[in-house]
Amino acid sequence: MATAQTEFPPPKVLTYPASAPPTLITQGAEGRLYKTTHLLPDRPCALKYRPPKPYRHPILDARLTKARLSSEAKVLERCRREGVPVPAVYAMDPAAGWMMMEWIEGIPVRMGINEWLGERSDGEEEEGAAAAVETDSARQEEADETTTTPLVDLMKRIGAAVGALHRTGVVHGDLTTSNMMLRPPPSQGGQVDGGTAGEEKEDKAKVLEGDVVLIDFGLATQSMSDEDRAVDLYVLERAFASTHPRAERLFATVLASYKDTFKKASSVLVKLADVRMRGRKRSMLG
Amino acid sequence: MDIAKKKRRIALGCEGSANKLGIGVILHEGDLLSPSTCTSRVLSNVRHTFVSPPGTGFLPKDTAHHHRAFFVRVAKQALVDAGVSVADIDCICYTRGPGMGAPLTSVAVAARTLALLWGKELVGVNHCVGHIEMGRAITGAEHPVVLYVSGGNTQVIAYAEQRYRIFGETLDIAVGNCLDRFARALAISNDPAPGYNIEQLAKQGGRVLLDLPYAVKGMDCSFSGILTRAEELAAQMKVGGKTPEGEPFTAADLCFSLQETVFAMLVEITERAMAHVGSNQVLIVGGVGCNERLQEMMGAMAADRGGSVYATDERFCIDNGIMIAHAGLLAYETGFRTPIEGSSCTQRFRTDEVFVKWRR
Repeated sequence: MATAQTEFPPPKVLTYPASAPPTLITQGAEGRLYKTTHLLPDRPCALKYRPPKPYRHPILDARLTKARLSSEAKVLERCRREGVPVPAVYAMDPAAGWMMMEWIEGIPVRMGINEWLGERSDGEEEEGAAAAVETDSARQEEADETTTTPLVDLMKRIGAAVGALHRTGVVHGDLTTSNMMLRPPPSQGGQVDGGTAGEEKEDKAKVLEGDVVLIDFGLATQSMSDEDRAVDLYVLERAFASTHPRAERLFATVLASYKDTFKKASSVLVKLADVRMRGRKRSMLG
Repeated sequence: MDIAKKKRRIALGCEGSANKLGIGVILHEGDLLSPSTCTSRVLSNVRHTFVSPPGTGFLPKDTAHHHRAFFVRVAKQALVDAGVSVADIDCICYTRGPGMGAPLTSVAVAARTLALLWGKELVGVNHCVGHIEMGRAITGAEHPVVLYVSGGNTQVIAYAEQRYRIFGETLDIAVGNCLDRFARALAISNDPAPGYNIEQLAKQGGRVLLDLPYAVKGMDCSFSGILTRAEELAAQMKVGGKTPEGEPFTAADLCFSLQETVFAMLVEITERAMAHVGSNQVLIVGGVGCNERLQEMMGAMAADRGGSVYATDERFCIDNGIMIAHAGLLAYETGFRTPIEGSSCTQRFRTDEVFVKWRR
């Protein structure tokens, strides 16, 4: 994603001596994400900075940056209030183009799933075979069930998080497994490697542990329409299929859990079928 | 003779999907088995444009009539300019779509006639793919993200696995359509093109930036709301309306504001696609692509990402026959043919429907 690391002036807020030296985490098309601290040196935070775009008229640029940051903060506040797992907003200056947010520990869901699948490549092939002949022996299905339970569990948490988001009247606009974090349970930090025989197995299971936290609300909007919600799910489904082709069939679990969490899910899922049919793109006049 | 073994391959291309009738002849030289040695050369590129009076657009019926009336003249000129005889030509290429129905049909009929008359094979070409291939051939851009902007299309495209994939596009009207219709509201001349005249007028503006909607949604965008607002502002201007700051504004200010807004949107969605596919080259094709302000803005964005912008001039940006000949010949060389009985044309023909066999 990030292009060549060119030198650029950091936002002014990061030049205050009190803040920890910022580290650039990623640079996307929209802006840059730094890790620094907020108020206390041991309180890590994420700083999102939208630099001015050289190609844009300065008035238009200022207007857009301000509006987009404010709307992102509003959406995050709303989610926070309604109990949707998102980072908290600490501070912002929309005119200067920056916002400080809670730092979410852990790894992106994408990484977690890939690690999980990568470690279990042998079992996965078996699983693929089992999927091909779905009505195969119960024994094999049982084996399948035990090997994928932590993954199935994660799918449920993803569905629940998206359901909670939509219930709040927010659509994310760019749902992918990269825009979801797996925040490890607080207790995990205290555990020390014991060197027991079961350790390896436990470690594997831990990869997928933790709360699903939705991040990057740069394209989020407030919307209650089935269409927008269905497109949100469709984008996630497509991203899921291209990022984790081997776990694609588990996406049904995400939808099932979404339905359990969100009362109005059934009409969204009907719409999702439409969106799948037409793709997101339509045939248009030349 | 088998086309794959020929060292010199020549195609005649006929384009007429909108108000330009274009016929061109292209030459591909070199051994097809070693693609790096192949070169293409434009032998002729003739165009005749149907220009409607200020305040009006081009209607399908009148445009089709124009194409029928000028086809023979333009075709003859293209052959004379190229200095080739009918016997030298390997295939006749024509625009299958997308475009306006009646003009497409009239040119398809003419192309079919030439094929039968001269005993040549036909190749139906996707108009958008024609633009992309011509842009690549002229600029030498290897693996660019393509912004295709014209009166009928607005798409951000990148190549992957034998297809030109659409990453973003307009959700309603094309950006060129927005500019053309805005020109009508101010009765700006359609000669040589409304977009060109807006560009010239905009150079005199810039004192004020009028507030217009800005509609980007992910990698897609929308122009219809902007057009409505711009038309409202044009109507206000005529009765002496002022900006919220109390200043009077002119047609030049309106053109400037419209360009700054819609081009910023186009650059933004292109940048997002570039970040997405990890490319730092961008190629602009289509009629709106001649706009130097758009090229300048795109250049600033690309430079910021450590890349560069590729653009062509009006000979290749604006609809032309040579791009149809070029893309058609590329397909022809891989064995693609359009049988006469299947030589239809269609208003709806998406860029990603074409199987791009000639690229890796």
